[in-house]
This record gives sequence, C-alpha cells and structure tokens, in this order.
Amino acid sequence: MYRVVEIEEIIKETPTIKTFFFRDETQPSPGQFYMIWLPGVDEFPMSISYIGERKAFSVKLVGEGTRKMHSLSEGDRLWIRGPYGRGFVEKNKKALFVGGGSGMATLAPLIERMRGDVVIAARTKEELLFKRRFKNRRVYIATDDGSEGFRGFAHELVERLLEENEYEIIYTCGPELMMRKLIDIAIERGLDIQASLERLMKCGIGICDSCSINGYRVCVDGPVFEKDILIEMSDLGRYTRDRAGRRVPL
Amino acid sequence: MLSVAINDLRFRNPLLLASGILDESGESMLQVIKHGAGGVVTKSIGMEPREGYENPVIYELSYGLLNAIGLANPGIENYGEEIKIAKRGGVPVIGSVFGKDAEEFAYLARKMEEYSVDAVELNLSCPHARGYGMEIGVDAALVEEIVKEVKRKVNIPVWAKLTPNTHNIVEIAKAASDSDALVLINTVRAMAIDIEAKLPVLSNIFGGLSGPCIKPIGIRAVYEVYREVEKPIVGVGGIIDARDVIEYIMAGASAVEIGTAIYLRGIHVFSEIASEMEDWMKKHGYEKIEELVGIAQVR
Repeated sequence: MYRVVEIEEIIKETPTIKTFFFRDETQPSPGQFYMIWLPGVDEFPMSISYIGERKAFSVKLVGEGTRKMHSLSEGDRLWIRGPYGRGFVEKNKKALFVGGGSGMATLAPLIERMRGDVVIAARTKEELLFKRRFKNRRVYIATDDGSEGFRGFAHELVERLLEENEYEIIYTCGPELMMRKLIDIAIERGLDIQASLERLMKCGIGICDSCSINGYRVCVDGPVFEKDILIEMSDLGRYTRDRAGRRVPL
Repeated sequence: MLSVAINDLRFRNPLLLASGILDESGESMLQVIKHGAGGVVTKSIGMEPREGYENPVIYELSYGLLNAIGLANPGIENYGEEIKIAKRGGVPVIGSVFGKDAEEFAYLARKMEEYSVDAVELNLSCPHARGYGMEIGVDAALVEEIVKEVKRKVNIPVWAKLTPNTHNIVEIAKAASDSDALVLINTVRAMAIDIEAKLPVLSNIFGGLSGPCIKPIGIRAVYEVYREVEKPIVGVGGIIDARDVIEYIMAGASAVEIGTAIYLRGIHVFSEIASEMEDWMKKHGYEKIEELVGIAQVR
C-alpha cells in the first residue's frame, strides 16, 4: 500500500539536485530509503535526506522518473512506501564522513546526529550538496575539476586527511568507484567503515534479487553495509547487474 | 527426520526455494542454502536476456504480495556460471525454464542439463507474461506436447509447474503426467488499483498473487491432483510456517517450495521452519516426515 504525501516545499540545491519536503509519520533512521511512485511514470528508491517530522528527499536528475519528479511543484503529491533497509550504525569512534555527489543526501541526517569531520565531494563546485548545512563543523571540499577546494577525487583528499588526523571510522555514500577506493583504504589502514550502496533496485523488499551484490541484497541487508560484509563484496566497484540480471563489468 | 525424496532425488529437508525469489544469481541461492533450504529452484530462464517490466513490479498487501516482475532473467547462454556457483551449496539445484513452445522448452532444458542441474522445472504457469507461462499452461494438449518433448531430450528429472488459473487443474496435471513430478501452484492472476491515483498499481496492470491468502487454493490443488495422478507433488503457495508445510504434505505433497515467506519472515525462514517441523513431529510421535504424505485424503 502506498501513502500519499504532499510536497510542502521544493529547494533547488544544485543544477541537478532538488530537495522535496513533505510530512510523514514514519520514523526512518539515517541511511534508510523509501520507494517513490509517480503514477503512470515510474517507481524508484530514494534515501531520506531530512528525517524529522518534516522529511525530505534530495533527488538527483538521472532518468525518466527523476525528471518527472523535478517537474513537480509545491502542493503536488508523492506516493511512497517505506522506510526500508538498514541504515547506518552509530558508533562511538572518531568519524570522517565522505559524501560524493548526491551521496551527501544519504549521509546528511547521520552527520547531523553525530560528531566528526565532513568531506563533500563533487565533479564541480556547482554540484556540491549541503555545503552550508552543517554548523560548527570542519567541512572539507573536493572537486574533480578543482573549481573549489581540493582538486582531485574524494579518496585522494581522504588519504591526505588520514595523514594528519586519527580517524577511526569512515561513513560514506557516493559513486561506487569512490566507495570502493575508500573501502580499500580502510582495509589497508585498519580503519572501520560503513558504506551506503546503490544498485538497480526493483522490488525494494528483498525478493527479486535485482540489487544483490555477491549474495547480499542492497534493499534489505543494506543499503548500508558494515566493513565485515564490504570486505566480502568482490564485485563492488568491479561488476554490476543489468536489468536482465546479467553480471557485467562496471 | 525431515529428509525426503522426489523420485531418486534426495533432499535434506522438504523446504525448497520457489522459483522467482532470490534466485537469479548463484551467490543469492548460496545464501538461501546457507539459511537451511533443502534445495533451490532458479529464476525462470528463457532463450534471451529479458529485462522484465518497469516499476512498480511489486505491491505489498496485508495478506500477501502482488508481483509482475515480468520473467526478467539473464538468458540461458549467460546462466551456466550462476548454476555452478549455486551447486557449491551441496543441495539439489533445480533449473526453471520458460519457453514459447516445445522446441524452446526442450532446448532450455538441455542447456540446464549441460549446466548440471539436478532437475528441470517447466514454468507452465507464470500469470503475467504474454505468450508464456499460464497462456501455454492452460492448454492441455500443448502441456502434454511440451512435457513429452522435454522428456525425450533430457535424462534429468522433469518437473512441471502448473497454474491455478484454470477451471480444471486435474486435466492439466493429467496432460503433464509424463513428467517426473508436478509442482502446484504458481501465483494467482490478480491486480490492484490505487484509488488515490485512480490507476492500476503494477506497470503491467496484471500480476500474480502470492502469500498466505492463496494457501487454501494451493492445498485444494494438491489434494485434488494427488487423488487423480500418481506423481510426486511439490506444494507451493502461501507457506509461512511449519503448520502450512505439514498441511501441504498431508494433502499429498512430498516437498514444498517457499517464496513470499522470505519477505514476511526473512531469509532464515528455512532453518526456522525446519526446526518448527521437528518440534511438531516429536510432539506428535512421527519419525519421518514421509509418513505424513497424503494422510488427510478422505477416500
């Protein structure tokens, strides 16, 4: 069954990301997701970017469904089900949060509940998400093109930060290749890590096998996985599954 | 205690993974085996890779699930590696296939045999794919032709999975009686409308209903067919706990397949039901589950 919620406010965050605020009585934890149905168009998974009574999805324009979503106005309705999946596990360790692109949407509610430094990364400065959302916080910026902050990939900045700081855990969400690099860094340096993964998802409730990576279902075993499982995911950052379930190089 | 045989194929327990659930990739099947399944049936595999339907493909109801995944599958030529991985689990792997005619079914079954599956299950019953599944499976003559042709081409056991979406499942079961076992039932053709959207929920409009609400239909089918056709039966439909399994077995099933319960209870449902069954059997003085097959039949 879907619940119908009304869009209260829309904020354009970047040229490709909009935040849609709505009210809903469910109580998600950071890292969980919902399925959004736009009747007659598409249904897709979306992590929650604000988790209070006033909730929000921060949606990047990637395909037909999200294009339709971007064309909606305040007062329009969304059909949702969820929250689903396992979110982040809050650990009492010195934390570094690393969000790449729209991955910051997933990490943001966790960052607001915890202490720790933040790396916000994007291809270019216009795509940096939630640059001003976190108060009294060390926020590092990385852009692939060097238009703001560190010039280079997020994991390169993280390696520098690890030289100067004693972080004990990395929480991350972003492009799969970025997360793969961070997992490798965490393994190499003996750090803890949790990563929120994204795969082509159909049912969202753990039965169709579309989003599985090495036997782990992103929709119910994840989307956030802890280090012991991430280590077992030999396909992560290397192979994915297409809509037909074929294993193909990433 | 729970060990059962379907013809010569032996299972450590009668709880098999139903086709279509967590069985597209070999590693997912391994997880299901690790959590106690006695055997696994693969996703239904066809001649070509198939993407399935657009979302929504699933609808959650308080009494079951409605789905129209649309026979998404990697295609038979890409499937050998997944079987190889699933076989590492050490329990029988049954390859499910769907085709449009006897020739396709026979080809697919041959390929499955080459991939060393322990049996092949013919999907004559998917309720939501044009030209496949139940559209074939309600035609007794076609069912007979397909089963005969597959039997001629392979040496492994052939199971026929039949649809409840027919007025006479006994007639279809008789038509399929050249097979080595009958699998009853697939999902029940159904649909749902969202009254706020004023539209059908599934992108394909029609789908298959599974879960607790269809169990009485499955029990009826197994009971009816057991009386009329002398073939081992694998019961499917709405099994959530040990009592449901025992009910199917008493109706005449030798084993069962479980799918929606993974959604309702989690992937560990297989080992949980196995231990619930052992408790029930000890309490009621049964030593072998096979003693219970068909005992509820009223003659």
